[in-house]
Amino acid sequence: MSTSHIDIKGVGKVFAAGGREVVALKDIELHIPNGQFVCLLGPSGCGKSTLLNAVAGFALPSSGTITAHGKLVTAPGPERGMVFQEYALFPWMTVEKNVAFGLEIKGATAPEIERIVARLLDTLGLAEFRQRFPKDLSGGMRQRVAIARVLAMDSPIMLMDEPFGALDALTRRNLQDELLRIWAELKKTIIFVTHSIEEAIYLADRIVVMTYRPGTVKRDLMVELPRLRDPASPEFNALKRELGALVMEEQQRHHHDEMRSAAID
Amino acid sequence: MKQKNWRESASGLVAPVVIVALWQLSATLGLVNPLVLPSPWAVVLKWIEYALPLTAFDPAAGSWLAWAVSGELLKDTLGSMYRVVVGFLVGAGLALPLGLLMGASQVVYAWLNPLMQLLRPIPPIAYIPLAILWFGLGNAPAVFLIALGAFFPVLMNTIAGVRQVDGIYIRAARNLGASRSTMFLRVMLPAAVPYILSGVRIGIGTAFIVVIVSEMIAVNNGLGFRILEAREYFWSDKIVAGMISIGLLGLGIDIAMNKLNNHLLRWHRGLES
Repeated sequence: MSTSHIDIKGVGKVFAAGGREVVALKDIELHIPNGQFVCLLGPSGCGKSTLLNAVAGFALPSSGTITAHGKLVTAPGPERGMVFQEYALFPWMTVEKNVAFGLEIKGATAPEIERIVARLLDTLGLAEFRQRFPKDLSGGMRQRVAIARVLAMDSPIMLMDEPFGALDALTRRNLQDELLRIWAELKKTIIFVTHSIEEAIYLADRIVVMTYRPGTVKRDLMVELPRLRDPASPEFNALKRELGALVMEEQQRHHHDEMRSAAID
Repeated sequence: MKQKNWRESASGLVAPVVIVALWQLSATLGLVNPLVLPSPWAVVLKWIEYALPLTAFDPAAGSWLAWAVSGELLKDTLGSMYRVVVGFLVGAGLALPLGLLMGASQVVYAWLNPLMQLLRPIPPIAYIPLAILWFGLGNAPAVFLIALGAFFPVLMNTIAGVRQVDGIYIRAARNLGASRSTMFLRVMLPAAVPYILSGVRIGIGTAFIVVIVSEMIAVNNGLGFRILEAREYFWSDKIVAGMISIGLLGLGIDIAMNKLNNHLLRWHRGLES
């Protein structure tokens, strides 16, 4: 067995959109070791969510292979838990039922489910909300439930698709700190998609900047700053400037592309 | 809050009270023939008579309770309710699984949808001659017609409910390892419940219309039968008393349905008040 936990080898993805072929991903090569916190960073349309969905098994790549735990990814599975931007909680289930759902599918016993659910709700500060329905929770609380739901599966890999994108700045920072705490404690391998440069620097061990169409790896760098990171520090800001320039280049290409296709139409 | 509720219900009473008062006035002044339109007071007296037991209490004939519930109104109401419930259960009981299947499977949908679209616009009333040919008289044709009336609203809404299930729930459930049956029973079915319930509500409404019509044709008890029978004898006060009973029963069913709805959909955003 190799030391990497997730191996993405020569992955490409082609979509047909409006009669034209769009190359969303091209020759992506990433090897992610156990316990690493990776952020995929780039403007919208750079294929970062496409790549995450491929690892999750929702939309398989057109070429290349993805292996997790040395096993080829062919379908979604609970060992690769996904946290969606839209929370995707089941609105007809209470908080505790949402968290217990995956365990029930797995066939865990009732006392075991109760023990795990109670511990997770406690960890995420949701204990007093366990009988509530999602509609009665704030966005931040909903995303906590979604994280608890994935943690309940004890997935070694967590895939997060702009999970904090819809939250206000304070709630967002709060959840980022919580996520870092959980990650440090449980040693998960995390792939986290974001378009926020600051969020990527604040969270990640490693940042993968992606190019706009075709989506390729533009830059793959390690963040060496000690945690918890101070967004006001000079080192943080130097990195932010560097990454900002990279992302902006891709953003420009995205912009030109949109102007051009508008001109064609 | 309480005060406001009181005020609202009080203002809701104004219109009926005014109408009944005018009605009573025109009857008292002899403006209308009581055979055509009886006075409200006559209707109330008739309604009480209709609700009370037909004979005086006789300890030899049976228990006190059996006597107390031996009134015609109660028997008619129970008769009508029985037909609505059985007919609705048959109709909805067939429509729900078929609707789930048609909603979930494109193949089944393609096979059956044209047939359903052809049959759906035929009102249940149009089946009356066939129902009598097939089932004769009695409860059977009535139940058949009511089942037909309940079938299509429940079917159509169940199909729509399953088809509109947000893909994000399906992706989340697949990610958690849900099997096909878990996906169906614990994700697609509950997600479709708001649609299904509105179909159930329309279905019960249709069943209620059809029960009255079918009682006028095929059976000899029930609220529908009773108002038709009253017409034969020119008992217009009994006709109106029967109609009011139908209204009250319908209202009762609607209130019960509302309670059930609010309970089953307590998770639903649309019900935030």
